[in-house]
Amino acid sequence: MNQINKISVEPDSSLEWVEVCPASEINVEDVRRFDYGSSTFAIYRTEDGYHASDGWCTHENAHLADGLVLDDVIECPLHNGRFHIPTGKALNPPVCINLKTYPVRVDNGILKLGLSQHRS
Amino acid sequence: MRVATNPTGIITKEASSSQSVKWYTCDIPRATLKEIMRRKDGPALWNFGLWIVLLLASGYLAFRCYGTWWAVPAFLLYGTIYSSSDARWHECQHGTAFKTRWVNELFYEISSFMTIREASLWRWSHSRHHTHTIIVDFDPEIQVTRPADLFKIAVDFLDLYSGPVEIKRIALHAFGVLTPAEQDYIPLVARRRTIRSSQIYLLIMVAVIASAVVSKSFLPILFVWTPRFYGGWLHQLCGLTQHAGLAENVYDHRKSTRTVYMNLVYRFLYMNMNYHIEHHMFPTVPYFALPKLHEAVKSQMPRPYSGIIDVYKEIIPGLIRQSRDRNYYVAREVPA
Repeated sequence: MNQINKISVEPDSSLEWVEVCPASEINVEDVRRFDYGSSTFAIYRTEDGYHASDGWCTHENAHLADGLVLDDVIECPLHNGRFHIPTGKALNPPVCINLKTYPVRVDNGILKLGLSQHRS
Repeated sequence: MRVATNPTGIITKEASSSQSVKWYTCDIPRATLKEIMRRKDGPALWNFGLWIVLLLASGYLAFRCYGTWWAVPAFLLYGTIYSSSDARWHECQHGTAFKTRWVNELFYEISSFMTIREASLWRWSHSRHHTHTIIVDFDPEIQVTRPADLFKIAVDFLDLYSGPVEIKRIALHAFGVLTPAEQDYIPLVARRRTIRSSQIYLLIMVAVIASAVVSKSFLPILFVWTPRFYGGWLHQLCGLTQHAGLAENVYDHRKSTRTVYMNLVYRFLYMNMNYHIEHHMFPTVPYFALPKLHEAVKSQMPRPYSGIIDVYKEIIPGLIRQSRDRNYYVAREVPA
């Protein structure tokens, strides 16, 4: 069964769908790091599905995959700054800059991350 | 166990702010850490509830004793309990005291005012402290800079150095004056909040002083802010154990920070910050879970100190020597 996260954009030809891992490997209310090329991402599973964002906190040197998922919020492991996972919105100091989010989908049990083919 | 330190061993502004710098972190299974990091409201509701009851009871006792010699121990008790606001400011700053965010923020604002740490500025300052713990020129919260100033350390048992510095900062910020160093770590978007918050603090204190003048009594002043001075001894006693005398400019909290076993009363008032290496290594772990975290990682940690006396046997001679030799520091043995 194919499942597309409800907040993700519809897959289109401008996206490259990259395999991350079996979807079941990420527990509900958890996060995992995914490195691809020179980029690093945080892949989340919340009660309402899977999500993805840039891996590094927009504040300082910390990977969000080391943080804590609280409902639909990711808390940075270094300074406890929080982001809304579905939108990447910065919720409280010390984070001020929103997080870039990416579409994800599950194809035959495999979690995939949608990346722009034209990204720098 | 993985060790990830700055490969150059040289601290530069570029290196210190880049993503290439990594701190040593103990190995702990993700599932275990996730469980330890779990937020709860219950422990802090009990802790803060008991603290408020003790604060009110000791305050009432001090009020009743005012005008007699019994007021001295009564106000000392009140001031000691009041000064626990500093530990509460700290825990709420990390967002780990309460699971419910607005309760956490409410107590953050209250305890920040009580402990004379303007809430907005100190949020940013403390973030910087965790990014650059005891990295000279980057960490704005190095309590003992070298060469150690023994007089300053001693008078801070009554907050007589740091307290006036904070009050002066609040006064300056209330008039919109921020130092270049403060402008470095407080982003533009937060500066207006720092200024407004400082203005509110000043207004409250003007009201407190005015009420003392009108009532022709020192009592209002004795209950707000001044307890951080006359009751600040325990905060300094515990706080000094965190980093004083240890190594600077190392990306391993085990060498720049201490974990000290303390009795139940101290741990209650100090909110378990005696587990300070663990706190710095995993700052998202709530205070009530730090003993559990300590047990999980202690085989990878240096020997914890057995108590206040044990740790001050090291701190006192260490600081005396650092007052004469700025290159001296206590080198901690860490497991290979």
